[in-house]
Amino acid sequence: MSAVLDRPVVAPHQDPAQAGRPDVRPTGRRLGPGRRRRLAWVGPSALLLLWTAASATGALDPRILSEPWTVVAAAGELIADGRLQENLAISAQRAGLGLFFGILVGAVLALLSGLSRIGEALIDGPVQIKRAIPGLALIPLLILWFGIDETMKVLTITLGVFVPVYLQTHAGLRGIDLRFVELAQTVGLGRAGFIRKVVLPGALPGFFLGLRFAVTGAWVSLVVVEQINATSGIGYMMELARTYGQTNIIILGLAVYGILGLLSDGIVRFIERKALSWQRTLAG
Amino acid sequence: MAAHPGGLTALAPSPAGTKSGAAVSVRGLIRSFGTKSVLDGVDLDIAPGEFVALLGPSGCGKSTLLRALAGLDHDVRGSGVISVPDRVSVVFQDSRLLPWDSVLGNVTLGVREHDAGARARKALAEVGLAGREKAWPHQLSGGEQQRVALARSLVREPQLLLADEPFGALDALTRIRMHGLLQDLVAAHRPAVLLVTHDVDEAIALADRIVVLDQGRIATVRPVPEPIRTSADAAGHEALRRDLLAALGVEATAGH
Ligand SMILES: Nc1ncnc2c1ncn2[C@@H]1O[C@H](COP(=O)(O)OP(=O)(O)O)[C@@H](O)[C@H]1O
Ligand SMILES: [Mg+2]
Repeated sequence: MSAVLDRPVVAPHQDPAQAGRPDVRPTGRRLGPGRRRRLAWVGPSALLLLWTAASATGALDPRILSEPWTVVAAAGELIADGRLQENLAISAQRAGLGLFFGILVGAVLALLSGLSRIGEALIDGPVQIKRAIPGLALIPLLILWFGIDETMKVLTITLGVFVPVYLQTHAGLRGIDLRFVELAQTVGLGRAGFIRKVVLPGALPGFFLGLRFAVTGAWVSLVVVEQINATSGIGYMMELARTYGQTNIIILGLAVYGILGLLSDGIVRFIERKALSWQRTLAG
Repeated sequence: MAAHPGGLTALAPSPAGTKSGAAVSVRGLIRSFGTKSVLDGVDLDIAPGEFVALLGPSGCGKSTLLRALAGLDHDVRGSGVISVPDRVSVVFQDSRLLPWDSVLGNVTLGVREHDAGARARKALAEVGLAGREKAWPHQLSGGEQQRVALARSLVREPQLLLADEPFGALDALTRIRMHGLLQDLVAAHRPAVLLVTHDVDEAIALADRIVVLDQGRIATVRPVPEPIRTSADAAGHEALRRDLLAALGVEATAGH
């Protein structure tokens, strides 16, 4: 940290007239996490290496944790007979549908309750109550109502997804800076223009925050619904592997969940960066 | 006359140059926050095209008066009669640009005419920001942001421009440049102007007339003759400056 304070005073920019001289800049570090570097792979690779070494030397009992190569072999087999793709497709479909409906419901309810007092009176209370009940606690009731087929599974995910989307979007809508409300009045924006130009763009960061919680929540719900009474999906594949003691397939399932989670989070971040390019943050 | 929301004030639009002859007319304006009286019977007229500077120490109610003229004081208790033109623009001390909209989008905000884009480009060129239309507000300096705010206020061709310490947050050098720019813009567009400031030299340099707010009323009214406005060496400049400082309760110091 002391480097920040003791920065030597030198020319920050190269003068074209002095071309050829080195470009001298302050050597002090900027506060914050520093420039983005593509180093995210280092930690996971080290873990993978450790795992391989421990398995190869026999330090790791394969019944506890399978060898990496048997996981790869299991993946090869399951891909060859099409079971992995099949289960992946059904899992992705459940998560996708749940996310779609959850985001839609969460955003629509947030708009209704964020933009009108009547909407807030009707909607906000029930959602806050729903928030207090852990989403997965509703599963027994949902099974009674809808059976154990896809409707119940998608609905469980939807119920988990819509809450964070609602909460964050609603907070964004209600958190509009009063100074911008005054501005809208002085430039003569009508209610529609005010909502379109000021309220909605101002609430977008909140919406995206909710979206990231929602995506994480969707995978959690998926894992749970696929391990109770499912006959397909990645979770079912893992549950089946457990009954046969196939640790390698369980680990393969975990890897697939991990990849799906990373992928979906990456997609949300990408869209967020595009949509919120006006923001200046350290995330870079 | 439309009833003023939340108050007893009548806010009557009267286009500049109507029978009364004034762009702005304020009579007996009273405003208070709780038990604290801020404006206690303000009377003020501004002629079309006239530049009036409103001086006063911090906390004396300058912003309260300006916000009343802008119709922004919905929840403030008070009474009085205000008449302002149809087209009123406001420039705040902060540039108040929407961070999620481009410079061009900020200037066209609320402009309904079909040629909004073209007019906004012209206004941006007038404030010296041609070519920066696509920039985000955070990519501009404080002075540039305030120039965008000026362009946003001008693109509506206001009959009355209300400015609340618009240069208060800028450094001295930028402020002097902005004075020149504001003079050029006002000369080109001829709105009536009410500029709120606590800077006596800024008021003298820009205004046709200076009014001082004290104890909730307009206490002092001083016209600024052309020679005094344009030259600090003109006869009477120093005397005016001293009088205004005295009206603000400050002993004048030598020089500027
Ligand atoms: N929203 C408010 N609520 C309560 N008091 C206020 C409010 N706005 C202004 N005041 C008070 O009114 C007085 C005048 O404020 P203002 O018009 O902003 O002064 P200034 O001349 O510095 O612009 C101040 O004493 C301030 O504390
Ligand atoms: Mg003020």
